[in-house]
Amino acid sequence: MHWRLTGDNFFKTLATILAATAAFILLVTAITLFNGSLPVFQRFGFSFFTGTQWQGNVIGSEVFGVLPYLLGTLITSGIALLIGVPISLGIAIFLVEMAPKTLRVPVSFLVELLAAVPSVIYGLWGLFVLRFWVLDLIEKPVSAYLGWIPIFSGTPFGLDIFTAGIILAIMIIPTVSSVTREVIQAVPNSIREGAYSIGATKWEVIRHWVLNYGRSGIFGAVILGLGRAVGETMAVTMVIGNAIGPSAVPISLFKPGQTMASLIANGYLEASPASLELPAFIAVGFTLLLLGLLINVIAHVMVTRILKIKGGAVA
Amino acid sequence: MENTYKIIIAIILIAIIVGGVAGYILLSPPPSIEQVLLSGSGATFPVPLLDAMITEYGTVKSNVLINYEGIGSGGGISALQAKTVDFAGSDAPLKEAEREIAPNTLHIPETIGAVTVAYNIPDFATGLHLTGQIIADIFQGKITNWNDATIQDINQDIMLPDHEIVVAHRSDGSGTTFIFTGYLTKVSDDWANTAGLGQGKTVEWPVGLGGNGNSGVAGIVQGTEYSIGYVELAYALENYMSVAAIKNPAGNFVSPSLETTTEAVAGKAQAGLPAGDVSWSAVDVLNAPGDQAYPIVSFTYLLVYKELNVVPGMTESQASALVQFLWWVVHDGQSLGPDLEYAPLPDNVVQINEASIQSITFNGQQLPTS
Repeated sequence: MHWRLTGDNFFKTLATILAATAAFILLVTAITLFNGSLPVFQRFGFSFFTGTQWQGNVIGSEVFGVLPYLLGTLITSGIALLIGVPISLGIAIFLVEMAPKTLRVPVSFLVELLAAVPSVIYGLWGLFVLRFWVLDLIEKPVSAYLGWIPIFSGTPFGLDIFTAGIILAIMIIPTVSSVTREVIQAVPNSIREGAYSIGATKWEVIRHWVLNYGRSGIFGAVILGLGRAVGETMAVTMVIGNAIGPSAVPISLFKPGQTMASLIANGYLEASPASLELPAFIAVGFTLLLLGLLINVIAHVMVTRILKIKGGAVA
Repeated sequence: MENTYKIIIAIILIAIIVGGVAGYILLSPPPSIEQVLLSGSGATFPVPLLDAMITEYGTVKSNVLINYEGIGSGGGISALQAKTVDFAGSDAPLKEAEREIAPNTLHIPETIGAVTVAYNIPDFATGLHLTGQIIADIFQGKITNWNDATIQDINQDIMLPDHEIVVAHRSDGSGTTFIFTGYLTKVSDDWANTAGLGQGKTVEWPVGLGGNGNSGVAGIVQGTEYSIGYVELAYALENYMSVAAIKNPAGNFVSPSLETTTEAVAGKAQAGLPAGDVSWSAVDVLNAPGDQAYPIVSFTYLLVYKELNVVPGMTESQASALVQFLWWVVHDGQSLGPDLEYAPLPDNVVQINEASIQSITFNGQQLPTS
């Protein structure tokens, strides 16, 4: 067979090349980050992941540990999912299953508009408005009555892990809700009709058939939201309080903390090229990349398991 | 019909493009004198001043185009080391290790920065007195309440509130933090000797909320009652923030201002500053002598190579344009400072700069300063 440059062949090659760029970019990023952070891993080894200190000013006796920021990232993202996912599910279910036609279009449009707001705007709004609402309506009362529980301890100022989680929750709602809406919309009407015909109520139809049918797609939507929450930088930096070192270990929701992304954004520009500080920031970036990959791998495994265990659902 | 519209639109587009190009060629002046481009990057603190200086210099030497990007001191030093810029800006002098990777760098202080201690106590807008030791103890978490006896003692004429102190610090690495922590290191042994503290562009703050940039710290202080933070002088003045008067070595409580800042530097320069081509890593103008010298003050520097041929692609005309620009910055350019709340350099510092700038060479040749 002779390979000939036909339109089809050309298009096939072009598409392959374009598809390969995604893998190529990921690979180059990973290699660059790994090379850049090598001095740090050689010096501190695994203790970089378990250390809490961030001391880079005395060249020769630097100590760096990413643990507080790793925990900060996980906890703020966790709060975001805890608050954001139920709201997003509610929005999606309302739009597909309940909303009258006259409401469906404007509400979907509004939700998608939320995604178009730049994160710095969320950050500013968080710093000047939301912070005080959270402080006065949630943190002060909770701290007064439940302050003895360690995760609510400390005097709240509104710039802390909790506020950062709420901002993130607001920011993931458009992503999670619009993907979920598409997933629910894709559930065939025959499923609904079948369920109604055996006497299921609206709640039962949604709970047992619609959500069940779309669960892997909904799970995918949640992972997309998680990805956004883990990597979000600007808005988080503005409201999380930006503690550093041992005081950034998130022992209380009402204490200032720091995420990996905000740490890099805060410190990278002024890191001295002569000390280990610059490689340390790159190593934090590498850790963030690893976390992102890990989340996606786990998500993939879980989606396949859901499909296997319950079967039938294809989304 | 449709095609006619398309043709008309195409003709209009072509006319616009051709007209634009022709107009550009006809209207732009003939390149009679050589255009010289200079680029620098680094500290963000002097950006408003440098921008004003560069604009003003454009009216003096219209053929010299200068571009300065405020990417942070660390980035500026990296760019200087990589020789991708003609000059860099830094709020901190080069450390010894940084001097090794960018050898033969001149330090040219171009303006003075001061750091204020700003506070927000309801119904108490002016007149708070503080000492260096008290400030260090507050930022180390050792003094946690406003009516602590040590603070009340030096503020006899007011009743300080019985309220927890909210500490605000910079979250980003910054020259402002470098100056402020340098002062704390100087006045408090405990601050100096605690691991993770000492002087730096970021330190391991044991307490407090971190804000990004002067505006971030100011936002926390202005939005949180009973708070205290440190903000760069120009920012504090422009935003009418309440700032503390701080006790200087002469024993006076001095409020931050352009005058008290310049007085601090003049006093320190009299006691001696190094030449531009040696290490400045030990230089500080903190706790300077002088009756009305404000204690938390620092230079911000322009960094250039002493022998400019080490920068790849540097031409002789660029080198002499750079020397002339630097000369202008430390002389005529200083007059632009006060309007932007930057303290002008005192005469004795200008003299040190003159010697430094005159020592710059290109291929071993000295360059004219005007």
